[in-house]
Amino acid sequence: MPDVRVALPTTVDGAVDAMAGMPGAQFLAGGTDFCVEVSFGLRRPPAVVCLRRVAELRRTEITPTEVVIGAGATYSDMGARDLVAALPALAAAARTVGSPQIRNAGTIGGNVATASPAGDTLPLLAALDARVVVRGPGTERELGISSLLVGVKRTALEPTQLVVALRVPRVEGPQQFLKVGTRNAMVIAIASAAVVLDRGARRVRAAFGSVGPVPVRPRRAEDELSDAIDWGRLSASEAAVARFGELAAEDCSPISDHRGTAAYRSRAVAVVASRGLRRCLEHVA
Amino acid sequence: MPPASAPAVTRRVPGVGTDAARPDGVPKTRGEFAFSSDLWMDGMLWGKTLRSPHVSARVLLVDASAARAMPGVRAVLTAADVPGRQTYGLEVPDQPVFASDVVRYHGEPIAAVAAEHPETARAAAEAIKVVYEPVDPVVDAELALDAPPLHPDGNLFRHLAIRHGDPGASGDVVVEGRYEVGMQDQAFMGPESGLAVPAEDGGVDLYIATQWLHVDRDQIAASLGMPAERVRLHLAGVGGAFGGREDVSLQIHLCLLALSTGRPVKMVYSRDESFFGHVHRHPATMWFRHHASRDGRLVKVEARIVLDGGAYLSSSNAVVSNAACFAPGPYKVPNAVIDGYAVRTNNPPCGAMRGFGAVQVCYGHEAQMDRLADALGIDRVELRLRNALERFDRLVTGQVLTGAVPVRECIAAALAHPLPPPLSPSDPVLARPGGAGLTADHDDVRRGVGVAVSLKNVAYSEGFDDYATARVRLEAGVGGEPAATVFAATAEVGQGFVTIAQQIVREELGVADVALAPAGTTGIGSAGSSSASRQTWMSGGAIQLACARLRRQLLARAAGRWGCGGGSVEWDAGEALRAETGERLSLAELLTEGPVEAEQEYHHPPTKALDAEGQGDAHLAVMVAAHRAVVDVDPGLGLVRVVQVTTGQDVGRALNPTQITGQIEGGIAQGIGLAVMEEIVLDQGRVRNPSFTDYLIPTTLDMPAVSATLVEQPEPGAPYGAKGVGEPPTISSGPAVLAAIRDATGLPVTRAPVRPEDIALSDREV
Repeated sequence: MPDVRVALPTTVDGAVDAMAGMPGAQFLAGGTDFCVEVSFGLRRPPAVVCLRRVAELRRTEITPTEVVIGAGATYSDMGARDLVAALPALAAAARTVGSPQIRNAGTIGGNVATASPAGDTLPLLAALDARVVVRGPGTERELGISSLLVGVKRTALEPTQLVVALRVPRVEGPQQFLKVGTRNAMVIAIASAAVVLDRGARRVRAAFGSVGPVPVRPRRAEDELSDAIDWGRLSASEAAVARFGELAAEDCSPISDHRGTAAYRSRAVAVVASRGLRRCLEHVA
Repeated sequence: MPPASAPAVTRRVPGVGTDAARPDGVPKTRGEFAFSSDLWMDGMLWGKTLRSPHVSARVLLVDASAARAMPGVRAVLTAADVPGRQTYGLEVPDQPVFASDVVRYHGEPIAAVAAEHPETARAAAEAIKVVYEPVDPVVDAELALDAPPLHPDGNLFRHLAIRHGDPGASGDVVVEGRYEVGMQDQAFMGPESGLAVPAEDGGVDLYIATQWLHVDRDQIAASLGMPAERVRLHLAGVGGAFGGREDVSLQIHLCLLALSTGRPVKMVYSRDESFFGHVHRHPATMWFRHHASRDGRLVKVEARIVLDGGAYLSSSNAVVSNAACFAPGPYKVPNAVIDGYAVRTNNPPCGAMRGFGAVQVCYGHEAQMDRLADALGIDRVELRLRNALERFDRLVTGQVLTGAVPVRECIAAALAHPLPPPLSPSDPVLARPGGAGLTADHDDVRRGVGVAVSLKNVAYSEGFDDYATARVRLEAGVGGEPAATVFAATAEVGQGFVTIAQQIVREELGVADVALAPAGTTGIGSAGSSSASRQTWMSGGAIQLACARLRRQLLARAAGRWGCGGGSVEWDAGEALRAETGERLSLAELLTEGPVEAEQEYHHPPTKALDAEGQGDAHLAVMVAAHRAVVDVDPGLGLVRVVQVTTGQDVGRALNPTQITGQIEGGIAQGIGLAVMEEIVLDQGRVRNPSFTDYLIPTTLDMPAVSATLVEQPEPGAPYGAKGVGEPPTISSGPAVLAAIRDATGLPVTRAPVRPEDIALSDREV
């Protein structure tokens, strides 16, 4: 039985240094993805760097222009009143993750670093062009969420780099998150949608989960709808709302698997895109 | 009669018919109950199974030398190490303990390892070299009927033909349909686990979560090549069963490892291994044609039912018998042409699960009844009432139903419960289809209501004598107070037999203090299986008989004390009473001479085999249930939320109403699970979702409100008139849900579980 080395750092730098000193080690935050993979025998790292004691990873700050969320913030933490007010769709997405026990353990940083196509917080982060703060040995850098997520469970992170925080721009306007699953709670998304109306920039922002290797930004749908909305009244036509769903589905590249068929995922994206948009609008005629 | 002044010491102990509390309720609620996965012994080893990653393959080589050489590995066993019978099975031993030359399903065991640490055992199992030559699997049951044999016993397990009345009869109105049911898993919470301990006599003690200790013992002993009495089974805490623990899983492997190493060996399946470690509910493809007269009387039912039994027989022969016998449902059918087939394929083996063949056909016959009602222009419930079976009617097997058959009463009871309030924009958003995903707004939701009714037998059938044994001892306990102990090999699998056993002894003997000895195979005969809704009737009957014998012994004692003839002594209010004098002797006084003990077997009246036409008195008694389901459907996304299920259930007599309600609520959860989400997804025989991440079972948000009425018509011949209650809630609850979805959407919905795409993409040509 090989022993597993465990580091229990209390600072971000300590965590990064510990990782640099233990090749092949794995960062452990909530463990809600990692421990499942260990149970299934898919991962057997020789060492683990535990992040739970790193207090600075759980720091959250809300400024007039952005929300900075520590990577160690749990899904339950997303339900804090000020965070719900600033990012209601993120709170809604976090509430769909697993069970209360899972939400008390799993973290938003883990959701980003795991980079599952079904990561529930990822569509909203992608729709808002969140920035990811990353610390490595002696370095700190920032990259956009869409640059960080490069494929199915693949990121642009180096093995020694740690996601420290997410910087989410504050956007004036309504936002919605909808997630489709075959069970009414505790389910992996078959498809999900984040829809944001950016009133300041007069832009529709949207992203879809579980319908491609990474969250899908439907650029054509965003462009067309941004032009079709009466931004003063926050209204659009029925046809425009339906068109948004159709275009959204066209931009996705879903697969068929045991959770659902590609055809169903396309349909589901069209439906939740339109419904999300409809909820954001004040008038649909 | 005693004089009126006799001291009437009638301290009545609550017996049957009361809501006695479960003796294991508090420990289970507090997390203190020891389940089989909690077993521990100093110095024990950990077992691990190596399973085939292939669905169908020839095994060219198994080389365990590298695994055996690993530090900490104490045994690596393959087929060559099985000293006795190489195969096991409930009905016919057709399943290898370890596959040696051929693997026939994904996950079939190849070898077992015992090591000092579970991780070492896992690494050693991975180090076993196996060379496979994959073979194209046969995964379609229809095709398997004509395919080359997958096993020396062939691919057809059983074809049961039922020809009843005039096969050529036809009706004015005919409706026809095809239906499909997917593979459901029992999904019990406690995965397979056990601890085998080698004994000094060369035998083995196995602590195990199972449903039938004695039949496990006999299969283990055969494969160990050992007399049955040297294999001693002890029931460990069972974390649910639902049929999934009827077949042997790790029992033989564990005993082999313990005997081979001379050390205790523990094995616990992980959740994913559990999906490979037990049989599932048979997937079914079914065709029905119903004939009726214009006035809505059933004239004939034709059906062809194909059950996919998977790679090995298990209990397929009995499951297909039930499916064929109960294919018409709880209705009078004068003429029938029914063919049931159970077929071998390379899919995972299927066997017993709650409802046992009656579940699959209920999806068919209830959808047919709705179609027929619509074709006739008769109300769907009215059509059922018009054709409802009654006492002294015949099943399509020709058997006259001599017991209670309260079909109409159950339907009326289910419908008597108030409907939930109508859909409203102010409903909580979490309560809409899609739940926490917040996918539906009020305008996206349609409501539907459906009704389904079911019929199933109690206990084993077709001539099988599934007797039960029990022994009861009565002695002076603390402070001289009488104390009873029940000895029975009855498996408590969560159903509440431990409560019922106590209630029966209290009822019969008036003793408050009733303990249950640990269940095991030593010193007591078989109790039969904790399945087929049979233990209250069977083991309960054995306890009742044993108590009656104890009373006779006590009365003989009393007669001896009084120096009178036995005929003048009777049992009254828990005491011996000498009628002519009014003298009484309490239990405590009678027990000063020492304990009394009595053992009884209970045999139900014999049933008969079915003849070549599928005719015969094959069943002991039937249970009826009716369910009304109210569902909300989001047709755009194909998502469903079951809002309410009401039921009327035929229980004979309610021995413990609270426990029955528990069975009803749990059974409905399992029934609606099959209707809307539970399915083992197979891809060319490969299990795609062996985890609770992807094998979905209902959560709190999926569970509807349940209102139940217990319909009490005592069953003649059954102890206390009580029928079984475990299975009926699972049978027609799901078909009622599908009927409600059809009502909400107008779609045919012929498959369970219904998938979101079946609804949302119904407008597409697929």
